[in-house]
Amino acid sequence: MSHAYELVVSGVGAPRPRRTLEATSPRRGEKVVQASLAACAVLSVLVTTAIVVSLLTPTIGFFREVSIVEFLTSTTWAPAFARPSFGVWPIVVGTLMVVFFALIVAIPIGLACAVYLSEYASRRVRGVVKPVLEVLEGIPTVATGLFAFFFLTPLAKQILPFLPWQGPFSIGVAGVAVGLLIVPLVSSVSDDAMRSVPAGLREGAYALGANKLRVTTRVVFPAAISGVVAAVVLGTSRAIGETMVVLIAAGAGNPNLSFDPTKGIQTMTAYIGGRATGDIAMGTIVYDTIFAVGTLLFIMTLSMNMLAIRLVRRFREVYE
Amino acid sequence: MTDAAYPVRTERTRLAVAGARATTRSIVGDSERSGRFGNLLFVAMLLLGVGTALVALSAIIVWAYVTGRPLLSTDLLTNYPSTVNPRAAGYRPAILGTVYVISGVVALIVPLGVGAAVYLEEYADGTKWWNRLIELNIQNLAGVPSIVFGILGLAFIVRGPISLGFVAAAGSLTLALLVLPTVILASREAIRAVPSSIRHGSLALGATQWQTVSRQVLPAALPGILTGVILAVARAIGEAAPLLLVGAVTFVTFDPRFFDGGYSVLPVQIFQYAGRPQEDFRILAAAGVLVLLLVLLVINATAIWLRHRYEREW
Amino acid sequence: MPSRQTTNETLSSTDRRVAALAPGPPVNIATGQAADPGAGEREVTFRLEGVSVRYGEALAVKDVTMDIHHKDITALIGPSGCGKSTLLRCLNRMNDLIPSARVSGRLWYHGEDVYGPKVDPVQVRKLIGMVFQKPNPFPKSIYDNVAFGPRTTGMKGDMDEIVERALRSAALWDEVKDRLKENAYGMSGGQQQRLCIARCIATEPDVILMDEPCSALDPISTARIEDLMHELKEQYTIVIVTHNMQQAARVSDRTAFFTAEVDEATDVRTGVLVEYDRTEKVFSNPGDERTENYVTGRFG
Repeated sequence: MSHAYELVVSGVGAPRPRRTLEATSPRRGEKVVQASLAACAVLSVLVTTAIVVSLLTPTIGFFREVSIVEFLTSTTWAPAFARPSFGVWPIVVGTLMVVFFALIVAIPIGLACAVYLSEYASRRVRGVVKPVLEVLEGIPTVATGLFAFFFLTPLAKQILPFLPWQGPFSIGVAGVAVGLLIVPLVSSVSDDAMRSVPAGLREGAYALGANKLRVTTRVVFPAAISGVVAAVVLGTSRAIGETMVVLIAAGAGNPNLSFDPTKGIQTMTAYIGGRATGDIAMGTIVYDTIFAVGTLLFIMTLSMNMLAIRLVRRFREVYE
Repeated sequence: MTDAAYPVRTERTRLAVAGARATTRSIVGDSERSGRFGNLLFVAMLLLGVGTALVALSAIIVWAYVTGRPLLSTDLLTNYPSTVNPRAAGYRPAILGTVYVISGVVALIVPLGVGAAVYLEEYADGTKWWNRLIELNIQNLAGVPSIVFGILGLAFIVRGPISLGFVAAAGSLTLALLVLPTVILASREAIRAVPSSIRHGSLALGATQWQTVSRQVLPAALPGILTGVILAVARAIGEAAPLLLVGAVTFVTFDPRFFDGGYSVLPVQIFQYAGRPQEDFRILAAAGVLVLLLVLLVINATAIWLRHRYEREW
Repeated sequence: MPSRQTTNETLSSTDRRVAALAPGPPVNIATGQAADPGAGEREVTFRLEGVSVRYGEALAVKDVTMDIHHKDITALIGPSGCGKSTLLRCLNRMNDLIPSARVSGRLWYHGEDVYGPKVDPVQVRKLIGMVFQKPNPFPKSIYDNVAFGPRTTGMKGDMDEIVERALRSAALWDEVKDRLKENAYGMSGGQQQRLCIARCIATEPDVILMDEPCSALDPISTARIEDLMHELKEQYTIVIVTHNMQQAARVSDRTAFFTAEVDEATDVRTGVLVEYDRTEKVFSNPGDERTENYVTGRFG
C-alpha cells in the first residue's frame, strides 16, 4: 500500500528516504465509505418522508370529497355503505377503549414487575425473570389475538356471566390482551428508569431510617417518575397501534358508536387491516379512507412518541 | 476548635439529629410494626404482578399446545392449505413465504442498519442539526405502528414509485423498513459500548477511521449487533399486520417465488385459518401458533444467550 | 540492526539540510532567553512556534515555542490542567478527534508543517506513534495486537518476524512468547502497557509520544518501562508527559515545565511553558522561581 514503507522494510541497507506527512494515497475509499454510511442513515429520513407522502396524498384526496368536519364530528362510520357516512368517532372510541383496558392491565402489572426487578429481586431472580419477560414481548400478536379470542373471551364469559355478552367478540377482552402484550414494554422502560436513580439517593433515605417500602415508594419512584410516565406513554402508543389482537378478538365489529366492553367494536387499526384484506379498488373513496384513518393513527402515535422521547431525555438530563 | 466549644457542639448536633429524625420519621417512616406489615403486603402485590405476567406467558403456550396438539405432525409443515379439509391442510407455502420474506429482511437490515448506526456513532457530528434530525427520526420511526408501515408498503412499494406488486419482495422491503429502527438503535448501543480508548489506540497506530471501525470497533461490538439483528428478525417473523396490506393474504396453494406470484407468511396464514367457521381450522391455527412460538422461542433464547455470553464490562 | 544504522545516517544528513532551511532558533517568551540554547547544532524533530490550543472558547495551551530534538527523551512536566497532554496530542494530531479543538501557531516536523493543508493526519500518526495513560490493548490476542498496525498500514515482510522484533524491543518477548495467541486482556497492567509500546514500535514510527505511560502502573512495572525508554532512545525520539518529577529526572534529556494560569472570571485553566532546558539544569538550577517551587515540591 504505502510506497514509502516498501522501501523501508525491503531494502536492507538501502538509504531510507525522508517520510513525508502528506497522504500516500488520496484515500478515496474512506470518503466513499463515509458517504455510503451517511446514505444508510439518511434512508431513515426518506422512510419517514415516504410515510408522510404516502399517507397525505390520498388523505388530501379524501378530504376533497368528505368534509373534515364530518370526519371529526359525525358519529357514524359507514364508508362502504350505499349511503356512506364518514364520522371517524366510532373507531376512535374503539381504539380508546382498547387503550383504556390495556392500561388497566399493563400499568399495575408492568410497574409491579419493574419495581420488583429493580428494587427487590436478587441478581439471580432478575437473571431469570427479565429474559422471560423479553420472551413475552416477543410473542407474535397473532398468537396473543387467538389466545384472547379462543381462550380469554370464553373464560371471561364464565367468570362474569351476568354481563350482556353478545357474540364471540369483545373489545374489553381485546384490550386486556393488548395490555398483556405491552406489560414487558412498560416494565422494561420503567425498570431502566428506576435503576438509573443514583444509589446515593437510596442510601441517603436508608441512612435516615426509612424501610425498603418507604424508600421505594417515596424516594425511588418519585425520582424515576418521568421515566415511568414515558413507559406508560410508550405503552399507550403501542396499544393504539396494535392491530392483530383487536382484529381477531374485537372483530371487524360494529361500526356504531358504543362504549360496551362486552361487544365487538372496530378500532382504527382493525379497520385498516380488515379493509385491506378485502379487495378494494384503488382510487375509490373507500380506498382513501384507509389513508385518512392511517394519518390520524400516525398523528396520534407520533405525538405520544415525541412526548415519551422528551420525558426520557429530561430524565436522563437529571441523572446521567 | 477549643475544648470549651466541644460540648456545645455535641449538644447542638444531638438536637439537630433528633430534630431531623423526627422530621424524617413523619415523612418516611412510622411505627416499626405497621412498616413491616406494609412491606410484606407490598412485596406480595409485586409478586402477584410478576406472577400474572409469567402465568399469561405460559398460558399462551399451554393453550396453543393443548388446542393444537391433535394436528401436530410433519404434515402440518409440508401440506398445502385447503379451504375444505382442515385435516389435510398445512402451512407449506406460508412457511416458505416466511423464509423468503425473512431472508430478504436480513439481507436489507444488516447493511442498512449497521451502516446507519456506524455513521451516527462514528462519523456524525452530533451537534449538527441534520444529524440530530436523523437521530430523532429513527427514534420516532421505532414507535410508528406496524400497520402504518403496511400503508407505506401498499402506497410506495406495491404500487406507487417502486411498484413491485403483491409479491414476497414487497413484504421483505416493508418488514425491513419496519424493523430497521430497532436494528439501528441496538447497533448504536453496542457500538457506543466499545470504549474510546480502543479507537484512539487504533488511530494512533496510523489506521484510518474506516480501518479503525471495521477492524476494531465492529468486531468488538459484534455480539451486541448480532443480538439486535436476531431480535429484529424475531419480530419480523411474528409480524402480520403490515403484510395484510402488501399481499400476504393471497390464498396460495403453490410454492411462492420472491419476485412474482402470490405469497403468504406463517402468521398471516394462521390468522386466515382462524377466521374460518369450522372447529378444525381453529385447531389448525393453534397448531400453527405453536410452530411459530417454537421458532420464536428458539430465536429469542439464542439472542438472550448471546448477549449474556458476550456481555463485557470494559 | 544494520539497516537501522544506515538509514539513520541518511536521515541525519537530510535533516540537517531541512533544519538549516527551517527558521532560526526560537525565543522563549516566558524567560526571554533562547528557548533552547544550542538548537542550531542539533537535529530538530519538532519545532513549535507560538502554538496555542483552544477547546471552543477556552484557551487550553498558550503560545508555546520550543524545539524537540532527534533521539532525545523530552519530558513535559507540570501540575494537572497545565495543558501538557493537550500539547502532546497536537504533535500527532490526535486533537483532531475532538471536534471543538483548534490549534494555532506553527508546528514543524522535520521542516514540514504538521497542520499544513496537504498533510494527512493518518500519515502523521503512522510516523508519530503514541502510548496512552491507561494501557489500551485491543480485545484480541497478543499477536494480533502487535500485528494490527503493520497490517493496516500495509507493511511488507514476515509478520511473525515483525511481531517478534517489536515484542523483543519492548522487552516483552520472553514473557509472552509461549502465549502469543492468548487474549491481551489476560496480561498484567505493566505487561499491557509494554504491549502497547510494542504495538507502537511495530509500525516503525520515528517518534513515540507517551502520555503519562506509568500513571496506572505499580513501581516495579514503572521501573521496567523506564528502563525500556532508555533502550528505545537509541532509535526513537521520545516525548513523555509525566506528573512524576522523579521520572522526568530519571529518564529525560530535556525537560519542559508548564504551569496553569487560571482566569478568575471564567475559571479556565490555560497552560503556559515556563522553562525548557536540559533536565539537570531544570532540576538543579532552574531559571524560574515557579519551576523551582514545583521541582522542590513547594507547589503543585
